[in-house]
Amino acid sequence: MAKISVNRKQYEVDADPGTLMLWVLRDEIGLTGTKFGCGIAQCGSCTIHVDGEAKRSCVTPLSSVLGKEITTIEGLSNDLTHPLQKAWIDGDVAQCGYCQSGQIMAAATLLKNNKKPTDADIDQAMAGIICRCGTYNRIKDAIKQAAINGGK
Amino acid sequence: MTSKNDLDRRSFLKASIIAGGAAVFGFSLPVGLRAAERLGVTLEPVADFQPNAFIKIAKDGRVTVVVGQAEMGQGVFTSLPQIVADELEVDWANVSYESAPANKAFINPAMGMQGTGGSSSVKGLFAPLRKSAATVREMLVAAAAQGWNVAPETCKAESGKVIHAASGRSAAYGDLLDAAAKVAPPANPKLKDPKDFKYIGKAVKRLDSPEKVNGKAIYGIDVKVPGMLTATILRSPVIGGKVKTVDDAAAKAVKGVTSVISLEYGVAVVAENFSAARKGRSALKVTWDEGAMASVSSESIYTAFASAADKDKGLVAKKTGDVADGKAKAAKTVEAIYWTPFVAHATMEPMTFTADVRKDGAEVWGGVQAQMLVQQTVAATAGVPVDKVKVNTTLLGGGFGRRFEMDYVIDATLLSKAVGKPVKVIWTREDDMQNDVYRPATYNKMSAGIDASGKPIFWHHRVVNDAIMARAGKAFGFILKDDQLDDSSFEGAHNLPYAFPNFQCDWVRKDTGVPVGFWRSVGSSHTAFSTECFLDEVAFAAGKDPVAFRLAMLDKHPRHAAVVKLAAEKAGWGKPAEAGIFRGIAVHESFGSYVAQVAEVSVAKDGKVRVHRVVCAVDCGQVVNPDTVAAQMEGGIVYGLTAALYGEITIKDGRVQQRNFTDQKVLRMNEMPKVEVYIVPSTENHGGVGEPGTPPIAPAVVNAIFAATGKRVRSLPIKTAELAAKA
Amino acid sequence: MNRSSALKLIFIAAAFAGASLAFYSSRIGRLERVEASTINETTIAAGSDPAKSRAAFSESVKVFFSARCSNCHPGGDGPTQGDTMTPHSMEIKRGPDGRGIGEQKCTTCHQDINLDGDGLPPGAPNWHMPGEANKMAFQGISAGQLCRNLKDPLKNGGRKSAKDAVHHIATDPLVLWAWTPGNGRTTPPMSHADFIKKMNEWVDNGAACPE
Repeated sequence: MAKISVNRKQYEVDADPGTLMLWVLRDEIGLTGTKFGCGIAQCGSCTIHVDGEAKRSCVTPLSSVLGKEITTIEGLSNDLTHPLQKAWIDGDVAQCGYCQSGQIMAAATLLKNNKKPTDADIDQAMAGIICRCGTYNRIKDAIKQAAINGGK
Repeated sequence: MTSKNDLDRRSFLKASIIAGGAAVFGFSLPVGLRAAERLGVTLEPVADFQPNAFIKIAKDGRVTVVVGQAEMGQGVFTSLPQIVADELEVDWANVSYESAPANKAFINPAMGMQGTGGSSSVKGLFAPLRKSAATVREMLVAAAAQGWNVAPETCKAESGKVIHAASGRSAAYGDLLDAAAKVAPPANPKLKDPKDFKYIGKAVKRLDSPEKVNGKAIYGIDVKVPGMLTATILRSPVIGGKVKTVDDAAAKAVKGVTSVISLEYGVAVVAENFSAARKGRSALKVTWDEGAMASVSSESIYTAFASAADKDKGLVAKKTGDVADGKAKAAKTVEAIYWTPFVAHATMEPMTFTADVRKDGAEVWGGVQAQMLVQQTVAATAGVPVDKVKVNTTLLGGGFGRRFEMDYVIDATLLSKAVGKPVKVIWTREDDMQNDVYRPATYNKMSAGIDASGKPIFWHHRVVNDAIMARAGKAFGFILKDDQLDDSSFEGAHNLPYAFPNFQCDWVRKDTGVPVGFWRSVGSSHTAFSTECFLDEVAFAAGKDPVAFRLAMLDKHPRHAAVVKLAAEKAGWGKPAEAGIFRGIAVHESFGSYVAQVAEVSVAKDGKVRVHRVVCAVDCGQVVNPDTVAAQMEGGIVYGLTAALYGEITIKDGRVQQRNFTDQKVLRMNEMPKVEVYIVPSTENHGGVGEPGTPPIAPAVVNAIFAATGKRVRSLPIKTAELAAKA
Repeated sequence: MNRSSALKLIFIAAAFAGASLAFYSSRIGRLERVEASTINETTIAAGSDPAKSRAAFSESVKVFFSARCSNCHPGGDGPTQGDTMTPHSMEIKRGPDGRGIGEQKCTTCHQDINLDGDGLPPGAPNWHMPGEANKMAFQGISAGQLCRNLKDPLKNGGRKSAKDAVHHIATDPLVLWAWTPGNGRTTPPMSHADFIKKMNEWVDNGAACPE
């Protein structure tokens, strides 16, 4: 049994240490907001935070997160009040929405480190997260909006 | 528009489903519960009042619109409720949506089936939804009027209330439900005057955004059913290969693996969770009967197509005048070969589906574009009656035509039947990339000529490719005959709007054995490239400006001309662009919508192409939600641009070479151009918006590359090495 | 005479004729650096065989220049990837500390273990690259320049001597990863043992540098 902390809740997980966090979250804990897109850290749909740093959960073994605080999209806010969530809703960003958990989690890390990102900063930071619906420009606008509204 | 023996695949779908006898389709509009009952529609009693299949009203006044169309990002969970909210006179804040079951009440009249494709949701459902909502509104008004003992004409509906102004009385819809249920639905309710629309035509906010930003949205991959197992399937590396031998001892020994099931086309590992299933799968030892495709490669296909273009007669898709005559009179003739490769859909959510097959029926869950086809497929696969199959449509993590297919549905159904438990099948990205139904590779042999005065005199286009319907039709029990045209192979090429006095478009069908399918904008996704690029070559040969040349030939096509003018004007066509940036234009009609795009492009010394800005003008007729239109244009552009820059599935020894986003790149944020969308105000019938944004981008970019480098790109994806400046 | 050929000449002079430190340093204009390192190393190894040393380095430099090692020692602002050493996808940048920037840290994707499976990002403990202040590039430079940089504490990550630098190369798990990269990736053109043998030979014979 591995003990892990996800969204400030403690869980005991019966899984091999090498089990990848994406599947620990989805299959063991039942948090399905973190998505499977490529399985090889190419698309970023599975992005979570481990001790505040962005991680592609599809390649992150359970053994590497023990004793660390994990945050998933479900833990960003429990009432849609995170500036990024508000900006996403306000900007009608999501289309199919499948990648957006990863987009938002990546954007949250960006804003944590950079309070006023430029277009180039956003391009660089978000280049790891693929969207097939083509919402990139709206994502960019929403990140800027969230930055103005005190995104963290 | 098309010749007589032409197969219009949408009306075909309608016809064949009726012929298939799966259901009774002598059905027009789902108005009124009684009408629904008469048709044998079973509706779940979850609302306080559900006067028809589409609308549920609760006592608190909240209105739920039941959406039979699949939400794959295109916005039907917003645009369709928007239509209802307007006609029903309820406030947007009190409107929500839910996904409908597979049920003939939800047949999309524009498709003849409950299906989401062909950019037809608003087109097909605008009128039925308005009528349904107006019916319910009149029932509510009648109920209130009856209670007040006044004439219904003296009452009006507004913001979820019926108001009798003369007496100052009003009643909330929620309080009128019992009385309204007793009112006979009017046969011909009065529709609102479009000038009074409150929501239709307005950019109201998407209703599905909240669940998509907090992780709560449920896609096929998120389905969880009690007792469910998870499976992953090892498939033949060669297209169409079959399982020969299986050694599953090591796979079965993996902790959590519950069974290994051999299917004809693959070996499934069923387990308690995906991690175990995947581990088990990598422990499988399988040999394959590779079959006929093992000798096929991209090169062999290209060679066969090229030879067919020269030697095969093919079928004439459209003919005007005589191209031989035109060619004889031409002062200048241009000839070119255009090539587009197989391209994968690569939806963000790989294929995934859950089935619970029992002896007496089945329940299934997943993101699908054709619910009734799913219902029939599951019934046939599981051996249960169609009406005992309950289909739950989740959100789709992208559709683009891929989720019209039944392969992943069949996977889950077969496995659930085999193990006697609910099974969720998850495809990996590699499975998805290598087992797609691809956009058909297409070889285009083109020639055109201008007379001595520079006027276009002939156009001859021979399209060589697979027939999508030859494969996809089988799902409907349809066999494409050799002398039958499949317009999904050449649509956009045979109905070229330009006035060539001598015109011919031939289609040469070549079955490659590579599975091909409906890919966002289907035939138009490649015919726009070949025709609009080649037209640019003709304009250049005539010494004309690409915009002026097009406009001069679009006299009889004012909607094409209008979007060309609008896009050109907004892009500043004719005015100098920033240093190093060059423009190209393309226009294309598909699914009843007209789209012109101007791309601003730079080409670096090493040949790297950067698209800086795309100006898009669209005429899609009446608009329900302009922001959705803009979003779909943006999305269509990105989809088409990805294909133009990177999209290519290659075959070697019958094997698809690409596996994941490493070797099949897609456009990322850092490559995203600015996109401006301008909508032509229109009262014309609704055109589609999900697909028409895709076709013009590849030719617009390629035409801009010509402006930048003087090099014609006649083969996609764009090979940057070939554009590199010679040292 | 351009700068690089000037450097070459000077270095030959330094190595063969025991040319003065002042001469070397004044010509390359980095007096402090040179005083701190380079020539000291050469002079310490009295009685050594510079020709043998240079030959050993010329042999082992192929390892530095191989994709496995060079990808994370680029000349520019971001790593390269694959045997073709193409720029890393997703606009990955080295960042001030060589660990990426913000959302795109090296360890956002690269784990401290190598994951087994096609296309998976490689991993090893402390996956990172040289920081901005001290790029220690292997790409785009000559063998001689690389040799000199290896001996320069201001360039080699603060390692005081060539010996220290070799110790790092001999023991750091991230360096060792290059020989067990997994998933069909090519390895450097000689074994790690042979490489270290050559590097020691280089040091033991005076850590002389090719031109």
